[in-house]
Amino acid sequence: MDPVLELRGITKRFPGVLANDHIDLALGQGEILALLGENGAGKSTLMNVLYGLYKQDEGEITVRGKPLHTTGPNDSIAAGIGMVHQHFMLIPVLTVTENVMLGQESLRGGVFLDRRAAANRIREISKAYGLEVDPDAYIKDLPVGVQQRVEIIKLLYRNADILIFDEPTAVLTPQEADELAKVMRSLVAGGKSIIFITHKLREVREVADRVVVLRLGKVVGGANPKTASEAELASMMVGRQVLLTVDKAEAKPGEPVLIVDGLRVLDDREGLVVDGVSFDVRAGEILGLAGVQGNGQTELVEALTGLRGPQAGHVTIVGQETTRANPRTVTELGVAHVPEDRQRDGLVLSYPVADNMVLNTYYLPPFARGVVTQQAEVDKVAAERVKQFDVRTPGIATSAGSLSGGNQQKVIIARELSRPIKLLIAVQPTRGLDVGSIEYIHSRIVEKRDQGCAVLLVSTELDEIMGLSDRIAVMYHGRINGVVNAADVTKEQLGLLMAGVHPDQALAGPAAAA
Amino acid sequence: MTAQSTPAKAPRPWLALRDDLLIPLLAIVMALIVGSFVIVFTNFGVLDILSGASSANLAGAMWSAIATAYGSMFEGAIGNFGAIATAFASGDSAAIGQALYPISESLATTAPYVLAGLAVAVSFRCGMFNIGVEGQIFLGAIFATYVGYAFTGLPAIVHIPLAVLAGALGGALWAAIPALLKARAGAHEVITTIMLNYVAYRLTDWLLSGPMQRPGSTNPISPLIAQTAELPRLLPEPARFHIGFFIALAVAFGVWWLLFRTTIGFEIRTVGANPDAAQYSGMNVTRNLVLAMCLSGALAGLAGANQVLGMNRTMTGGISGGLGFDAIALALLGKSHPAGVVAASFLFGVLRSGATKMQSVAEIPTDLISIIQALVIAFIAAPAIVRGLFRIRRGGDDARTVFMRGWGR
Repeated sequence: MDPVLELRGITKRFPGVLANDHIDLALGQGEILALLGENGAGKSTLMNVLYGLYKQDEGEITVRGKPLHTTGPNDSIAAGIGMVHQHFMLIPVLTVTENVMLGQESLRGGVFLDRRAAANRIREISKAYGLEVDPDAYIKDLPVGVQQRVEIIKLLYRNADILIFDEPTAVLTPQEADELAKVMRSLVAGGKSIIFITHKLREVREVADRVVVLRLGKVVGGANPKTASEAELASMMVGRQVLLTVDKAEAKPGEPVLIVDGLRVLDDREGLVVDGVSFDVRAGEILGLAGVQGNGQTELVEALTGLRGPQAGHVTIVGQETTRANPRTVTELGVAHVPEDRQRDGLVLSYPVADNMVLNTYYLPPFARGVVTQQAEVDKVAAERVKQFDVRTPGIATSAGSLSGGNQQKVIIARELSRPIKLLIAVQPTRGLDVGSIEYIHSRIVEKRDQGCAVLLVSTELDEIMGLSDRIAVMYHGRINGVVNAADVTKEQLGLLMAGVHPDQALAGPAAAA
Repeated sequence: MTAQSTPAKAPRPWLALRDDLLIPLLAIVMALIVGSFVIVFTNFGVLDILSGASSANLAGAMWSAIATAYGSMFEGAIGNFGAIATAFASGDSAAIGQALYPISESLATTAPYVLAGLAVAVSFRCGMFNIGVEGQIFLGAIFATYVGYAFTGLPAIVHIPLAVLAGALGGALWAAIPALLKARAGAHEVITTIMLNYVAYRLTDWLLSGPMQRPGSTNPISPLIAQTAELPRLLPEPARFHIGFFIALAVAFGVWWLLFRTTIGFEIRTVGANPDAAQYSGMNVTRNLVLAMCLSGALAGLAGANQVLGMNRTMTGGISGGLGFDAIALALLGKSHPAGVVAASFLFGVLRSGATKMQSVAEIPTDLISIIQALVIAFIAAPAIVRGLFRIRRGGDDARTVFMRGWGR
């Protein structure tokens, strides 16, 4: 079988980094190839070379035997290569048809948009590949999973036959991820070929025909996903044995540290996004707050940490009413906050690592004497924490913005966990991180729990929620749709709760859930 | 082009520093080169030759036009080294004063630039664009003038600081208006500060032709300030070089210390660099915006006070002469760093004070200096041009990210 796409000896250097080191890769016709690797392994660089965003330093790309010379994405699109980005490139206020047409509008009479012709083609494509979508719906009204289908239709509309999916399941519920797997199969059945970038081992085993593992910019091997175990794949990816499950003892819950009572919170557009939420988190336990992104978790956490004033209800932290407290008061009560958007809220990217390590303690001794910053102390402590938390950085003077995502997150974890804390609120603490970093951060969170800290873990990753939590609360449309013991619930049941199914039905039993 | 031979593995801070210094320096060189075209093609001698009216040597005429212009500018800004040496050898203090007059005048011109440039730089650092420095200079000048002439019988040691601080207070109060409007009502500071400039102009007009008008004068001019409020001059007349220059340097150091060595500065810079992270870290974003704006206004007010107490000793409508707008360029040139602002201010001081001599000797209008200033800014704003022309490689990507702090964004 001749490969539809072949990469030979692709090398891409950045100053000080060899991002891709003589990578050879071939994609067969009708194949789903999973490109597996940690963050910083060079997956994204390789795909950006393929997509024409970067120019390789060495090596060549051939598409169906013809060399591909790209000066930009347009050349790659012309060669039939399409990419579904992790962050969708859709315009919310336009319809599906308008989004799909964008940049390749069909015209009537030279000036008027021919929406009908485009809508008809979209219907044909939907039917052919099982991508159900209403061409006249507005993007803003569609769930994330359907928006992703629109992205796929966009590529098919442009006649792409080599499709690259960049971490496609990051934003999906488990059910939506299953749907996506079906779509991918029908795409290859229809003659398309797929490269699928991921670091989630389970997905690889479910959908891929073949796996290629990248590590530190090199291809370290391939595997047959049907026969290789997750542990084998993980150790190939990381280069050592990895604990996939979190080792933790039985929780010993103590007094409630965080009590939330009837909390109602509005978002920026004055919409009620947290609608009467009540729960508590006890010392020495991890409460997992599961839910598909955008069900009010963000605003809930903002209200708990003092970043957003709630409309009604009460928040009590270590016995103190903090409903309308400011972030500093909350922090000083012993609350650590690992924010959802680490680059927006958690770090000042232009600052050196050292300053980021004291971003919320800079004013306290020993980092300041009166108003005078004690830079020597800051540097000393920062250097210790960099070592202790294994932050890979050239030095503490390096700007946080030049670190990889995983190391940026470690800076935040180091800063938040090395204070004396009673409550840890961690939102998506491992999003976008590699297996090695995830393992490390998870073990730190469990360690805090075992020291008697209360932990509120907010995550959209079911594996993370199930692996870490002692109890799980599921959030759906601004409400808590059931609180369950982590030990008594299956992934399918959680998936149903996340999709809004009433707990009585969702938890009716494994048979009903399946 | 020694830059090219810089070893690739040089320590990163040096590379970044090289970038920070070399680019502005080459930008100045480029601006002078382009400026010389303007000189040549506005020179009557050269134009006569080009139109055939004269048969003199073209190259010679061009060269002499450029040499006269820049030579007189240099002499007017820095001085004549021969004359300085002779004066010092003679030991005559009047002669020394005369020989040092050009450079002292440049430094005297530099002082208000430093203060006004710092004002804009501080606002940039906190993520705001204070275009109202001009108006704040006026208010600072008004306050300083009033304290300068209305309070009499004070010893200089009390009167001078009082008048200087009154200037700072005036600027700070004027800047507090847009700051509070932003904090309370969300009004954008660019709009409000521009508007307040006009209010400041008209307020000055009214004061100088009403309550603050010099008795017996029909011109809009304030009374002379008391001698006890005058910033002492350090050279014999007619040199106006006064201690304001050293005050400006001390203030620049103070601003650097505040911004980079205190928790106050850390908060201001964090709010400027990432307001979301500042809020997450428990900083009061609004309070910092107000504080930075008032600090910015206080610095502008100091510039106004400097002009009244050190240079003019009276207040007129022409007290600022666009200083507040040049200040924006200075902050950009100096990358919002106090040391950079001082260096940029010196450049502007030299150009401005050299321009006068150039006008009288080479008969080139001072507007040429505005052109050169504009060109320097253009070349610095577009470093790619300078890099391309001189084939300078970037100082390592990592180094760039570390040291690139933006203009307070």
